[in-house]
Amino acid sequence: MTRRVVITGVGAVTPLGIGAQTLIERWSAGESGIEDGFGRCRDFEPLDFLSKKEARRADRFTQMAIAAGNEAIAQAWGEDGELPYDPYRIGCLIATGIGGLVSLEREQEKLITSGPKAVSPLAVPLMMANAATAAVSMRHGLQGECYAVASACAAGSNGLGDAARMIRAGGAEAVVAGGAEACITGVATAAFAAMEATSASGISRPFDARRDGFVMGEGAGVLVLEEQGAAEARGAEILGELIGYGATGDAHHLTAPQPEGEAAAKAISLAITDAEKSAVDVDYVNAHGTSTPLNDAAETKAIKAALGERAADIPVSSTKSSIGHLLGAAGAVEAIATLEALRRREAPPTVNWEEAEEGLDLDYVPGHSKPIENGDGPLVAISNSFGFGGHNAVLVLEA
Amino acid sequence: MPTQVSPENVEKTIFDGLVELGTERDQLARDASLEDLDVDSLDLVELAQIVEDEYGVELKGDDVKDVKTVGEVIDLVVAKAS
Repeated sequence: MTRRVVITGVGAVTPLGIGAQTLIERWSAGESGIEDGFGRCRDFEPLDFLSKKEARRADRFTQMAIAAGNEAIAQAWGEDGELPYDPYRIGCLIATGIGGLVSLEREQEKLITSGPKAVSPLAVPLMMANAATAAVSMRHGLQGECYAVASACAAGSNGLGDAARMIRAGGAEAVVAGGAEACITGVATAAFAAMEATSASGISRPFDARRDGFVMGEGAGVLVLEEQGAAEARGAEILGELIGYGATGDAHHLTAPQPEGEAAAKAISLAITDAEKSAVDVDYVNAHGTSTPLNDAAETKAIKAALGERAADIPVSSTKSSIGHLLGAAGAVEAIATLEALRRREAPPTVNWEEAEEGLDLDYVPGHSKPIENGDGPLVAISNSFGFGGHNAVLVLEA
Repeated sequence: MPTQVSPENVEKTIFDGLVELGTERDQLARDASLEDLDVDSLDLVELAQIVEDEYGVELKGDDVKDVKTVGEVIDLVVAKAS
């Protein structure tokens, strides 16, 4: 018998504020969390969630993952967080693009200015890519399979896909899974600017003819995934279902996507097949939509190739228009945004979209949210994530 | 110049250091147990860095592996310095 994966809790820290509902409500209203060319989580105060000692022992990306994890687990399992399953049957998987870059750069500075004896003994546990997973699993006593996934900007979606497979394969009853990233640092901002990946104008306008690169964001998204039968048996409120996952590699270029998006299209098709659906069943696309010239053109082609005529009939919008690019956290935060969009039966807008470009002719939901239409039954969406290195990960959600 | 090693100076350094690492100041006392204060091996390594910066006294992991109270840490630093 097939094991199915449901979502019972969500939590988010984003440039729009604290909380998954803040994310969806503000994005749906067309608001933006981007200021001065960055999507910073200005409302995030670590000591609201952590003791002074815990905060010292966590890089910013880990601090955000802990806050998002608390929210998701409280929703799924109650404020006291009592685990509903054997702890060894609950995994934890928090993806990241880079890990604790804030800590790495701080310790590097100490090394250069004051020598090796000034480097903190906490440096490695703060900067390691699996630090957020370790912190969330320790905080809640999750003793099943625990690790981090790193696939740049696809990491959040790869991580959720892996987590779903853990449950499907019988390795866990539940996985606390998501992504976290906080690398608005000197090195990362300079490096992305040097390769002209980030927007010189500081405006995130995916699929618009004037787009000139992505806007760096930071944040975390965490979901509680559970095996459907187990969740139903304990009477859980089920928010939606992660019904499919597909992932491919471009094997093309270190940073540029394939111009025609062939491998991205393949990932979409694999995900839809995995969900036992067809292209005509897809009601909404939460695009990767970075606002870079290359991604948005290639992704549009990929969506058309994978969905055929259906692509022209459904809304396609980008969360990054509102919060910027959360890199390794993007897939997880966008999965939450997609789930909540389906629950509201409303596609939030691609903020700032005004000017069409030849060939980029999908319904990118300009201006305002619009209804996702397909009768009264559950709706289906795909959420795309593509990362440097040519990593493509696509989730299919139903709610 | 390193600060002069005296029990009073070292106590102040250790107390301030532990507060910096996240311990509540009102919990601090010479006879407070490190375990009760949730001071673990990573804290002791950080504390050793603070002590070395201040007094030029080097504490290794082996030196602190058996200390149980805040007072024992203070005494150890004073003893190592003399």
